[in-house]
Amino acid sequence: MLQAPEITPEMVEQDKLYKDMGLTDKEYDMIKDIMGRKPNFTEIGIFSVMWSEHCSYKTSKPLLSKFPTEGPQVIQGPGEGAGVVDIGDGQGVVFKVESHNHPSAVEPYQGAATGVGGIIRDVFSMGARPIASLNSLRFGNLNTGRVKYLFEEVVHGIAGYGNCVGVPTVGGEVQFDDCYEGNPLVNAMAVGLIDTKDIQKGIAAGLGNTIMYVGSKTGRDGIHGATFASEDLSEDSESKRSNVQVGDPFMEKLLIEACLEVIHSDALVGIQDMGAAGLTSSASEMASKAGMGMEMNLDSIPQREENMTAYEMMLSESQERMLLCVKKGEEQEIVDIFKKYGLEAVAVGVVTDDKMFRLVHNDEVVADIPVDSLAEDAPIFYKDSKVPAYYTEYQAMPDYVPAVNDYAGALKKLLLQPTIASKEYVYDQYDAMVQANTVLSPGSDAAVVRIRDYDKAIAMTTDCNSRYIYLDPEVGGKIAVAEAARNIVCSGAKPLALTDGLNFGNPDKPENFWQMEKSVEGMSAASLKLDTPVISGNVSLYNESNGQAIFPTPIVGMVGLHASLKDITPSFFQQEGDVIYLIGDTKAEFGGSELQNLLEGKYFGKAPAIDLDVEAKRQAQLLTAIQQGHVSSAHDLAEGGLAVAVAESLFTNKKLGASITVSGDLTAALYSETQSRFLVSVKKEEAEAFEKVVEDAVRIGEVTNDTLLQVKHGKEVVIEEKVDALQALWKGAIPCLLKSKA
Amino acid sequence: MKKVKIHITLKEGVLDPQGKAVQNSLNTLGYDGVGEVRVGKYMELFIEDSADIEKQVEEMCRKLLANPVIENYDYTIEEGVTQ
Amino acid sequence: MKFAVVVFPGSNCDRDMYHAAKDALGEETELVWYQDANLDAYDAILLPGGFSYGDYLRSGAIASTSAIVTELKKQAEKGVPILGVCNGFQILLESGLLPGAMLRNKNLKFMCRFENLVVENNKTMFSSAYKKDEVVSIPIAHGEGNYYCDPETLAELKANNQIVFTYQNNPNGSVSDIAGIISKEGNVLGMMPHPERAVEDLLGSADGLKLFQSMLENWREHYVAGA
Repeated sequence: MLQAPEITPEMVEQDKLYKDMGLTDKEYDMIKDIMGRKPNFTEIGIFSVMWSEHCSYKTSKPLLSKFPTEGPQVIQGPGEGAGVVDIGDGQGVVFKVESHNHPSAVEPYQGAATGVGGIIRDVFSMGARPIASLNSLRFGNLNTGRVKYLFEEVVHGIAGYGNCVGVPTVGGEVQFDDCYEGNPLVNAMAVGLIDTKDIQKGIAAGLGNTIMYVGSKTGRDGIHGATFASEDLSEDSESKRSNVQVGDPFMEKLLIEACLEVIHSDALVGIQDMGAAGLTSSASEMASKAGMGMEMNLDSIPQREENMTAYEMMLSESQERMLLCVKKGEEQEIVDIFKKYGLEAVAVGVVTDDKMFRLVHNDEVVADIPVDSLAEDAPIFYKDSKVPAYYTEYQAMPDYVPAVNDYAGALKKLLLQPTIASKEYVYDQYDAMVQANTVLSPGSDAAVVRIRDYDKAIAMTTDCNSRYIYLDPEVGGKIAVAEAARNIVCSGAKPLALTDGLNFGNPDKPENFWQMEKSVEGMSAASLKLDTPVISGNVSLYNESNGQAIFPTPIVGMVGLHASLKDITPSFFQQEGDVIYLIGDTKAEFGGSELQNLLEGKYFGKAPAIDLDVEAKRQAQLLTAIQQGHVSSAHDLAEGGLAVAVAESLFTNKKLGASITVSGDLTAALYSETQSRFLVSVKKEEAEAFEKVVEDAVRIGEVTNDTLLQVKHGKEVVIEEKVDALQALWKGAIPCLLKSKA
Repeated sequence: MKKVKIHITLKEGVLDPQGKAVQNSLNTLGYDGVGEVRVGKYMELFIEDSADIEKQVEEMCRKLLANPVIENYDYTIEEGVTQ
Repeated sequence: MKFAVVVFPGSNCDRDMYHAAKDALGEETELVWYQDANLDAYDAILLPGGFSYGDYLRSGAIASTSAIVTELKKQAEKGVPILGVCNGFQILLESGLLPGAMLRNKNLKFMCRFENLVVENNKTMFSSAYKKDEVVSIPIAHGEGNYYCDPETLAELKANNQIVFTYQNNPNGSVSDIAGIISKEGNVLGMMPHPERAVEDLLGSADGLKLFQSMLENWREHYVAGA
């Protein structure tokens, strides 16, 4: 094959080739200064991916520094592959969320599958066994063929990959709004369990130590994936299909088992996954974190295609690859462990002490870059921020008061809304039980996985109501964190920490940047108040299609600890005769509500208010009541308000009913989305003790055996519906939408 | 070097849910004339030439590539060069 | 009693199976890597679920060509109990230790949920602790669990009472609602549902435990207690 004519450093500068890679003139000049010469094509490519938003956080860094990241429970905060929290007994839980939005918009099956694979690698590269994964998905409304295709294939891709690697997919959420039509969100979270003494770091330390490569061979797939993730989606994204990587879950499964064996070898110094920006980021970060340099011989890189250039190898995002730093002379021990799993570990480089990132290809030095400049010298941008006109307008509006006459009819319509409807279609395709530790699976407020051999379990959830955040980013940001913690508490666990998946539009638009700024402020305030520090996260910007940004969607992934298995609490009513309580008062708050969506087809006005002191108090009291054994079930009130929460609490196969009595304005009582509220069922004999612990609990009814959902307003019956009929609507909604012709 | 092209299809009488789904989908797109659809697999093998190459391929199909309980196979052997 | 859990590259229910036999049943159990091709030391062999070799080509097909399958056949001839669950069942089919084959689920989707199974035959070494026609709740988790065999084979399975478990509500399209079948000789059982996931009430059901208890009781009757 003929070699392409060589691109000289002069051509890079004159033809501004760096612009195609996403670098600005100013950044090019900075790079020239750092290098003291004109960078060549490979070098500029390396800078372009390391300085992309995805790797450098150059836009979001000033915001991320606002997050509280510390606490006695935090073992590892942001900066490594994933964060770690302490769960006692010398054990830690490792977790992180990551977005794969842009690849999934272009090739949904592989985009979602490789998203799952990538986040699982982040977890086991820390030395942890992956024990659960969750995913948070956003799509347009299910009324076009394209959206249905994206939805079905994303779910299929998550199932295809997650089921094969043997990590149970235990939870997550799916929401539907028009703003995601051209730019769906696919955020995957992985959770791992580790003995804290085994925690690994991605470092290349020790002069002369060997750098080894293991896993799939490097091909031309995914080149510039990190840069691609940092651009708007446009019509020509379709043509970027070749950028999307293909996943091999079987290889991943072998890597998991082999790497978890390798971490017990004294020969291992450091280990890191080759994620976004592949070999470039893993190698340079490992050297940089250790305060060392690295020289790699690219001729040794296992290659899937012929005649790959240095540029292609360094920027490839082929999946299922790991980079290891191994003590000099002890390489064979590592090679042997991988060999058992049919994998080949290959020496590709050496640790140096000159702090340079040097690459040799065909006996020529093809890149020679001060290694710290890649990770540390990326410019930080302080973007302009501006209050959007819509926000000022919404804040000035009088309170939105919807008119509902047919209360049962409204409930039925709400249950059919895809955001509320059963997601069984989705989670039935996920193996939620493999590893045989799953106590509460998808469909519960939080998923619960027990820790084998101990009397404890961990709870996990992902949450983000982006409608509130769109209406009021600061209040909505607080709500996102509070809601996640509410779900954890309802399951009977104490919230420990969170990981954030920040999905926003183009930050160059001051209104978008304002949304980012305010939502981060709100999230920070809530995580501080609720003692859930941010230990890891991911930023995905430029989530726009054809100039229209998504709602700001900072997804919160949270983990909590059950002090005992006895504390595990379901979100469904358990038995006839239990007393039903509503914790928290209700105001007429409908901005961003599901009822507003149903009646108006859009969102406007003010987001529901939240008082973090009240939130913290109620969560603490409910958790105490659960730990004291008073509570049969607990469910948080979310989209659709009280009516939907009561209905959902009955959607089991237990053949129960409920009778509740509400007062005041009926529409507000049933459908308002006032925050910091819980629906709890309590055994009769526990009622008195429960009321003593939970101040704001009001008795509203009881669990019955007549399989009816009955709501009374004073003496008047305003809703009386068969539970199984309501459940059939709720269950059938999504399959029905998928079957209907677009 | 020979290039062996192998087609594997489900036996007649074995239900093919994937084929059925493709057929429905084509009908929905307006291709009413499409009757039964059967989905199979296609493989390319590059094998060093030898006198008993046909016997070898036959064995490979029987032992591994196809499952005789549910699948049929056929193949062609051509002159080929690896990619 | 000493159990072997055979681990293939890509097995992912191996540790679940191990815990079921070791912790829930309380018997000696070892994980055996597929390359350690001697199983003489074990009283029973468990083939776990998962995606051996990524389920590439066909589920279980590549695993069925490995050397340990020859060893499995040897042990099967000796009468050693062999239980294959999910991918383990698929490997038993592909290697010819049980008749039939697996097709993709009727709805073409992977399914994971609890299913009610009916115990059709409780006179086997794997099901004697159940009552005949007892309905038990055991989860499934598979994309290719649609059991197929030709009418002659089906007639034979029925005539020999080889159908051990059927689905109460057939989820995947299996012929005659078949969820699990046993060899003519009665010592090789293959089933798609996962009894090893149903050995503790905490996780939703302990109905699978009786299957392991049946194996233990039958072994004791044969080899211990002065038999």
